Amino acid sequence: MILGRIKDVNACRLPTGGEIDRRRALSFTFDGRSYTGYQGDTLASALLANGVTLVGRSFKYHRPRGIFSAGPEEPNALVELRRGGRLEPNTRATMAELFHGLEATSQNRWPSLAFDAMELNDLAGRFLVAGFYYKTFMGFPGWHFYEKRIRAAAGMGRGTNEPDPDSYERMSAHCDVLVVGGGPSGLAAALTAGRSGARVILVEETNGLGGRLRSERETLDSAPAMRWVESVRAELESLPEVRILSRTTAFGYYDDNLIGAVERVADHIVAPAPHVPRQRLWHVRAARVVLATGAIERHIAFTNNDRPGVMLAGAARSYVNRFAVRPGRRAVVVANNDDGYRTALDLKAAGVDVIQVVDPRPPGTSDWRARCDAAGVETVDHAAVTKVHGRLAVIGCEVTRLDGSARSHFEPCDLVAVSGGWSPAVHLHTHALGGIEWNDGLAAFVPGMARQAHVSVGAARGIYGLSDCLTDGFKAGTDAAASAGFATGALPDTPTADAPAERPVRAFWSVGTGKRRFVDLQDDVTVDDIALAHREGFVSVEHLKRYTTLGMGTDQGKTSNIIGHALMAEARGEPIPQVGTTRFRPPYTPVAMGTFAGGDRRRHHTPVRRSAMHDWHADHGAVFVEAGHWLRPQYYLAPDEPDGKASMDAAITREVQSVRNAVGLVDVSTLGKIDIQGPDAGELLNRLYANGFKTLAIGKARYGLMLREDGIVHDDGTTTRLAENHYLMTTTTAHAGDVLAQIEWYLQVVWPDLKAHACSVTEQWSAMALAGPKARAVLADAVDDGTDVSDATLPFMGVTAARIADVPVRIFRISFSGELSYEVNAPADWGPRVWGALMASGQPYGIRPYGTEAMGILRIEKGHVTHAELDGRVTLDDAGMGRMASTKKCFVGSGMLNKPAYVNPARPKLVGLVPADGRTRIPAGSILVEDPDAALPMDKLGHVSSSAYLSPTVGHPIALGFVSGGLARKGETVWAVFPLRGLKIQVRVTEPVFVDPEGERLRG
Amino acid sequence: MILITCPHCGPRDQDEFSYAGDATKTRPADPASATAAEWHSYVYLRDNPAGPHLEFWHHIHGCRRFVKVLRDVTTHEVLACGGPDDPLETPR
Amino acid sequence: MAEYSVFSLIREGLTGHKGWIRAWRDPEPKASYDVVIIGGGGHGLATAYYLARNHGIANVAVVEKGWIGGGNVGRNTTIVRSNYMLDGNAHFYEHSLKLWEGLSRDLNYNVMFSQRGVLNLAHSDGQMDAYARRGNMMRLNGIDAELLDREGVRRLYPHLDYSTDARWPIYGGLLQPRGGTARHDAVAWGLARGADRRGVDILQNCEVIGFERDGDRITGVKTSRGTIGCGRVGMAVAGNTSRVASMLGWTLPIESHVLQAFVTEPLKPLIDGVVTYGAGHFYISQSDKGGLVLGGDIDFHNSYAQRGNLPVVENVMANGLAMMPNLARVRILRSWGGIMDMSMDGSPIISKTPFDNLYLNAGWCYGGFKATPGSGYAFAHTIAHDAPHETNRAMGLDRFETGHLLDEGGKGPTPKLH
Repeated sequence: MILGRIKDVNACRLPTGGEIDRRRALSFTFDGRSYTGYQGDTLASALLANGVTLVGRSFKYHRPRGIFSAGPEEPNALVELRRGGRLEPNTRATMAELFHGLEATSQNRWPSLAFDAMELNDLAGRFLVAGFYYKTFMGFPGWHFYEKRIRAAAGMGRGTNEPDPDSYERMSAHCDVLVVGGGPSGLAAALTAGRSGARVILVEETNGLGGRLRSERETLDSAPAMRWVESVRAELESLPEVRILSRTTAFGYYDDNLIGAVERVADHIVAPAPHVPRQRLWHVRAARVVLATGAIERHIAFTNNDRPGVMLAGAARSYVNRFAVRPGRRAVVVANNDDGYRTALDLKAAGVDVIQVVDPRPPGTSDWRARCDAAGVETVDHAAVTKVHGRLAVIGCEVTRLDGSARSHFEPCDLVAVSGGWSPAVHLHTHALGGIEWNDGLAAFVPGMARQAHVSVGAARGIYGLSDCLTDGFKAGTDAAASAGFATGALPDTPTADAPAERPVRAFWSVGTGKRRFVDLQDDVTVDDIALAHREGFVSVEHLKRYTTLGMGTDQGKTSNIIGHALMAEARGEPIPQVGTTRFRPPYTPVAMGTFAGGDRRRHHTPVRRSAMHDWHADHGAVFVEAGHWLRPQYYLAPDEPDGKASMDAAITREVQSVRNAVGLVDVSTLGKIDIQGPDAGELLNRLYANGFKTLAIGKARYGLMLREDGIVHDDGTTTRLAENHYLMTTTTAHAGDVLAQIEWYLQVVWPDLKAHACSVTEQWSAMALAGPKARAVLADAVDDGTDVSDATLPFMGVTAARIADVPVRIFRISFSGELSYEVNAPADWGPRVWGALMASGQPYGIRPYGTEAMGILRIEKGHVTHAELDGRVTLDDAGMGRMASTKKCFVGSGMLNKPAYVNPARPKLVGLVPADGRTRIPAGSILVEDPDAALPMDKLGHVSSSAYLSPTVGHPIALGFVSGGLARKGETVWAVFPLRGLKIQVRVTEPVFVDPEGERLRG
Repeated sequence: MILITCPHCGPRDQDEFSYAGDATKTRPADPASATAAEWHSYVYLRDNPAGPHLEFWHHIHGCRRFVKVLRDVTTHEVLACGGPDDPLETPR
Repeated sequence: MAEYSVFSLIREGLTGHKGWIRAWRDPEPKASYDVVIIGGGGHGLATAYYLARNHGIANVAVVEKGWIGGGNVGRNTTIVRSNYMLDGNAHFYEHSLKLWEGLSRDLNYNVMFSQRGVLNLAHSDGQMDAYARRGNMMRLNGIDAELLDREGVRRLYPHLDYSTDARWPIYGGLLQPRGGTARHDAVAWGLARGADRRGVDILQNCEVIGFERDGDRITGVKTSRGTIGCGRVGMAVAGNTSRVASMLGWTLPIESHVLQAFVTEPLKPLIDGVVTYGAGHFYISQSDKGGLVLGGDIDFHNSYAQRGNLPVVENVMANGLAMMPNLARVRILRSWGGIMDMSMDGSPIISKTPFDNLYLNAGWCYGGFKATPGSGYAFAHTIAHDAPHETNRAMGLDRFETGHLLDEGGKGPTPKLH
């Protein structure tokens, strides 16, 4: 008999049974060809139903690969799902629910899946062993040459270059008992916990409850076990405090019992409905966690154990029982545990011709074995499948007695179902720092001591019998609810399961001597690779993993790690627990980046802040720039002015000239404002600021500089004494948050005896600075009731309360621009009204709003520093403000002022810089050097920190910078070099104040 | 996600807090007479033990109080929480 | 087969790979060594390698509490660069980069050093000015640097977010073309093999549990495999520096913090070089295997746990998608944590110590991997000559007292901010 290529639609579908809905046919495409499946299928089951067994290519050797599992552990059947911005590479066909219109494409092959040119790697495989690339590619023409080709060949699926059109969101939940896994143990636990009245969340990875029961022909109390599942689901749904999250994977167990889970809200349909996210990230904080995560079947490494048609035995049962698909016509089953017999019976019941059940264990008896005998299934003991024939699909296999006494060749044979035993899914348990222990009887690691409030139940701790799982679950749910403080009743009676006596599993990891015995299928790690790693001294599991890439694929070695570790233990001659295992880390299964980011995307990614006057600015031609998350007007364009370099320069020039010659108004709401009150508020300020604040009179403002404890300048701003025990501090925009945090630190922790409180009022006040020679006239016109704002009543650094347009305001006579200037603070919502009133009053005087660019030029002309100068490495002396530091008191940072490096006279200090030729711009970021043509590496004198390409006031470019020796070099010329642009500019060192050095204007 | 019990607000997620570091360092009580070595120790040196660590967390998105926390930094297990003046000890 | 080449690979391929020998021996500890290096990570192994190679000191033991390369050398995002502004750092890292450029041949081990460029994106004029300053400093120090405008960035990386609704528009960037990545494990293994072949004993599963002292002189290192006598001792245990120092009653300007890193499922080539985001802390590159390797901020609290929590994960991914919105459906495959020696100024320490014959290599913050060869080179020199090499002169422990700080970020003595 020859098994030809099956072309009929759903040729491998069983006529009855399974969870599929035969009334709802769904059409889908794979590699452009159309197929039909049913509601309830996964992409994998639908492909198998259509006789498609070749679905992918392996990572390194590009070997043909099929469907190996029926769950999240799938190493082989990876496809690109969807297209465009929704393209999802490396999607496990076994986890993708089928929907109408699904599009899938095979990956990592060229030009086609059946003919992949890169399969040449397989022929060259003897040279491409583990770590071969560490030993070569070092000579001519260099690694970069080879790397380009290797990179092109590597990778699996393709990424997209289009943005994802879907949205994501985050959700937080608290509960008393979180149950992870909706299989029998998890359902039992959720039921008893739920009955206690506890808030229970049950998360289940797939689209329905039941776990393995969906894939087995189990019974409970003589009825199909799924009936019990249905009754439990109904009861859980009736309990108001129980929430079931299906299609949800708990992927990580974090500190203090917080579990991260991803809910696939819309992955089973074509696209999310409007306003519905694609996926939802859950933070579940649980008092107790029950881990009912089940177990993962592993395989056995024999020659060509990767060919399409070799499949985990449990998966074969899933396909026939849950999906009503026959994964092959003639099968050999090999298993080191009784699941082989169970599988053979299920396959036979589905009409598969079971050639033989091969059991590597020595002869023995069990109920399962007896059932096979009774059903007429041929069995053989102490033997194994040693080789599979076929390339694109299994066409035959060889079975060899382990004592070498006999060998059988079976052909045709298109399915080899394999079980190497089960490994409890201890991933979450170990994320939570739980220990694991080797259990020889189970040939598996099982959970050891838990470190957080969690317990593993059922198969997740190596209990495999259905009744035992239910009993374990009932008890765990009860215990969890009780320890969360809920009264629990007696444990329910465990329904009776069909429980044939089983023989224990016997460790059996690999067989034979062939080259192509795969341990890790996805990454093509063979038994020989493990031996090579051992030979070369990569004998720890960590070295093994990193050297051979064992377990580094998208499946993270769920079916294979333990095989590799066991083979290494064998090679080392040590028991498995001594060799150990690698650490499991989140996520349990891969999670999309978008899911982690949630709603924190696009304009919601760190929301923009706007001042109360924002709309006015926008209406008046403002071009905005972002500064510390605030949108600030950069400059204002006239109504018909197009944006561009020339208009920008023109706008900035007219704004600067307005302020210097008439009057301007700027929005400074973004500056930090901290209200400080209390009898010791003055003392607090005196300790915080480097300059004295003891003598500040009521109604007066003072400029202050704050250091860090290490003696470096932290921030500057003005602080005003509003009343005896009431101060208002301003900070720079950037440091508003951390200055407040610092003040709170000193008040609460360092000087708790000080009676003072501090509170941010940045958002409570709109602030605007009215600056220019006409500022007083404008202000006098603007204030209500003729409030006196003359120099006598409101002198420089004075403050007064007044009303403008009926709004109570504070007016501070402080100046950043160097002009006569008033900073007006109004209650935030009333800012636009006051702003409008000032603009109206200023109309006759030629008032103009100005933006951050003009403000920058004005302050550079005046030599005022900002964060460009105070970059966290600058001392008071460096910034030319050393004399401000009080010598009469201690203050934050005063303990460190005299470090040798801080008092070195050669330190770069603040200076002004002008081009020697009077016209060349001096870009910020230039480096100051003695000789621009000196050899590299070159000695540096300092750098240019801020630059005004054109100072409208002085008529040529100016800059601020730091130069070694500072003003001792006044009048000297040095070079400002900008090698990134090939610029060398001779500059002259000047005082850092270019306008009104005596301060007559601001005092005028 | 570490759960910190703020004495004023109750148990809260770590992302409501800003970490404020070693709580065993004491600023020189008399800054005027403190030696360079004392300042150096206060500003720069940290015991940095691998085990229970006494530290401050600033409840910056909550009550804005500094919470003192004793936490095993090898496991992130919070052993005790209190105010700045509370001498926290490992619970037995 | 001891020597690696394409010819030895072919020969072994034809004969079943039976002739390969251990990459490094597994010797029993000797009673004493001229130099004992504590820490079998990248820096410790590099130090041993260069002690033997450059200074003829081969009677050296590297003691490692677990398996070599199990710490940060195998837990980083593999970025190599020398784009530093301050002279004290720049000369050191540039020297290290030059060593990287010849490392595979020097070691006869392909460490896959791949110079596909490191690009820092800028999102404001102020940031462009800051990058200009740094780039100009680099150029004056003989380091390659290019300042790109928005179009220049787009030519290299056409698929970043240039849309009008990008949260932070890209203004330009600073590119170091000679920067790139290397295969991190290979660095540890290649150095171990290189050191071993020159006679160094690599002692795995050999945990330091104390010291024997004669005053300020260390006479022996007590380990889980017995006490080992020593002429000089070099400590290179970044992440656990304070732990080992505490055995000497020694307190350092270091805190241990956890840094998480991530890798996605493997993809066909999508990102050529290393790109860093400028409006938040995020860096990404693509490994030769195809996985996108990415990271961001530390978890902001002291930790020795090698594992982090969700808030930082979420923040890292949000930053990543703000830069590359096409990655939203790419899945994170693995996350892990490394313990960072966060120093008080954000720069490392390679230094003599208050102890006569003890030398310290520590404080690497995020940046130790790229320093591996340069650090070993300089540390070996420091140990051999009892004096710093010219490249690590600025990295002395005394700088915290003298004020000669190397604060690239200007963040001050708050380790979590560096």
